[in-house]
Amino acid sequence: MAVLANSASEGGRAEKPILSREPNRFAAALREAAFTGLVSFGLFLPLIGFETVTNIRDELILRTRWPLLAAFVFIAAGGRFFYSFALAPWLARRAQKPVKPAAAWRGHFKKWFVPFAIGFVIAYPVIVILVTGWGGALKWIDNFGIQILIYMMLGWGLNIVVGLAGLLDLGYVAFYAVGAYSYALLAKNFGLSFWVLLPLAGILSSFWGILLGFPVLRLRGDYLAIVTLAFGEIIRLIIINWTALTNGYAGIISIPRPSFFGIPFNANDNGFAARFGLEFSPLYRVIFLYYIILALGLLTCFVTVRLRRLPVGRAWEALREDQIACRSLGINTTNTKLTAFAMGAMFAGFAGSFFAAREAFISPESFTFIESATVLSIVVLGGMGSQIGVAIAAIVMIGGTEILRQLNFLKEIFGATFDPTQYRMLLFGLALVLIMIWRPRGLIATREPSVFLKKRKAISVDLVQEGRG
Amino acid sequence: MAREGSPVLRVEHLTMRFGGLVAVDDLSFEVQSGAITALIGPNGAGKTTVFNCITGFYKPTEGRIALRRGAPAVWSALEGLTDSGKRGLVRPDGALFLLERMPDYLVAQQARVARTFQNIRLFSGMTVLENLLVAQHNPLMLASGYTLLGILGFPSYASAERAALDKARSWLDRFGLIDRADDPAGELPYGAQRRLEVARAMCTDPVLLCLDEPAAGLNPRESAELNEILLRICDECDISILLIEHDMSVVMNISDHIVVLDYGVKIAGGAPDEVRNDAKVIAAYLGVADEEVAQVEASVGL
Repeated sequence: MAVLANSASEGGRAEKPILSREPNRFAAALREAAFTGLVSFGLFLPLIGFETVTNIRDELILRTRWPLLAAFVFIAAGGRFFYSFALAPWLARRAQKPVKPAAAWRGHFKKWFVPFAIGFVIAYPVIVILVTGWGGALKWIDNFGIQILIYMMLGWGLNIVVGLAGLLDLGYVAFYAVGAYSYALLAKNFGLSFWVLLPLAGILSSFWGILLGFPVLRLRGDYLAIVTLAFGEIIRLIIINWTALTNGYAGIISIPRPSFFGIPFNANDNGFAARFGLEFSPLYRVIFLYYIILALGLLTCFVTVRLRRLPVGRAWEALREDQIACRSLGINTTNTKLTAFAMGAMFAGFAGSFFAAREAFISPESFTFIESATVLSIVVLGGMGSQIGVAIAAIVMIGGTEILRQLNFLKEIFGATFDPTQYRMLLFGLALVLIMIWRPRGLIATREPSVFLKKRKAISVDLVQEGRG
Repeated sequence: MAREGSPVLRVEHLTMRFGGLVAVDDLSFEVQSGAITALIGPNGAGKTTVFNCITGFYKPTEGRIALRRGAPAVWSALEGLTDSGKRGLVRPDGALFLLERMPDYLVAQQARVARTFQNIRLFSGMTVLENLLVAQHNPLMLASGYTLLGILGFPSYASAERAALDKARSWLDRFGLIDRADDPAGELPYGAQRRLEVARAMCTDPVLLCLDEPAAGLNPRESAELNEILLRICDECDISILLIEHDMSVVMNISDHIVVLDYGVKIAGGAPDEVRNDAKVIAAYLGVADEEVAQVEASVGL
């Protein structure tokens, strides 16, 4: 409507058409708002309008919450009115403006972003200690740094399977679990060190990847997704029920922690702090763990970037584009899929053994489907196949949920019983929906070619297939 | 015109049944080395099914499909190979493969039969150059030590990749695609996509190139260009071409030998001039019985 009005005014017929359309727009927005209010009233009436509470005689009674219901309906209707009356015309006007050519700073930004980001993550613990002091640093390094890096690494690992090879894997957490239990059991029962078990856990995980892959990879698309989903659950159920080995729901406690070249991080005389003449602080171990997971994460990223430029990486991407064409060119698709599966599983195994070593306690609770879903949404939100996209998505998703724990001021607004972390999944879902509307193919929606003759041109993701297994 | 040699491909008594439907019925023909053989027939005659059997995408119900590489003398080993139950044999002077026993990717990898598809199958999200590098997957995989040496950055892989790029560049040059090398394959115009698919197939170093309707959707100028390219690669690269085609200007101009299929049965075979005047072929294309041909031709003014 605004577009029509604009073009009319350009035609030189004064501003009359705009004025005459103004009430129309107001009325239309009001109508839409009323309709939205009606729908939200119907929706929220049973959800918000009524509440069941137990009274003192242990009876269930129905209570009504009319003011709250009215507030919800009013917010929905008001939001719709704002959108229709102000936001939508503004967006339409903005869409009319010509797109500006990419500014020069973008090129510089692209060039310097990766070195800067790597420098920042390396300096992160120092920055945090400088900003928050020794007392507050633990939280920021452990809860933010390490937690985000674990998921970033898992995201990069799954990106090989989903983003490059186009195989939808809904049971990625199974390989994470295999890595974690491999480390926990072998370290506890045989006393092997973290550095021996880290590669071993990776190998065992990728072995499971291959074992699963053989029967499963002949399936395609949705069928593959369902079987991998089932596999994730099977591993979890085995861990729960094989109590003789895994101690079931109770989990495995006091798993040995990694040491600094044989020096443990404890308060004893031969501990890390005493040896180096420092005052004991749990922070040293956390910083050490931070750098381990950082190194593992960077290794994952480096290997993936490298693999993309090798024939196997190109074959993965070709497989995602067209499997039949791959076979006509002499590519053994089964083996190629298996390598993608094994490679992704190996990185999950590394991450799993690190997780076990960091927590010193693991139980089946840590390996539920929601973990697979989180990692998968990191990959999808980031933009399938994009390393930087996955990193950004991991920071936003995991950092975001951790931030929720820190928002204590909300308690002063909503009362002491308000726990922002309970809204985690709600916000998580909302973020997913919004990003899928605005950027249906993820945050980074271009594909970088692996090789070029004259000029490297980013490929629009519209041409790139998503892969059907 | 006639490039005669001993056969490079022998299809004998090929039968393919899908349940009760006989798509190909007891078909036998040969592809001569260094020649262009065309497989023609009305829609639904079973041409693509024959292609899928040759390239290993279908396993034929009956029949033998044998491919030779190297000296013609290896044909003498055919019966022995068939009885041995093996897929193929490699001798110093040549090799022989029984394609009906091989899975699709091995037909391409070992027997070196390359193919294109009726509905173009490019890797549309990858660049033109990347498409040609994927086609050289197997030699590059070997050079990268099955990824191990490649990931450690050994120089042997770097030199192999340079060679692969040179090869890709030379094929792009020949097919006039060099200026689009860094563009995504999905962005090319239709005619260029057809040419790219042939170039990609050629990058696998084939002995036999199977083209499924390469001229479909091309305008007359483009299809004349394609004719020229096909004749040139057939002469220069020591390969044989088997093609399915509806465009008679392509078929009659470039093929040395034509096989005509109708309802899965071979109804004629021979040089273009013989086939053109064959009453059965005309009848099949007009969709009438043999004896009605004269009448139909008269009524449409032929």
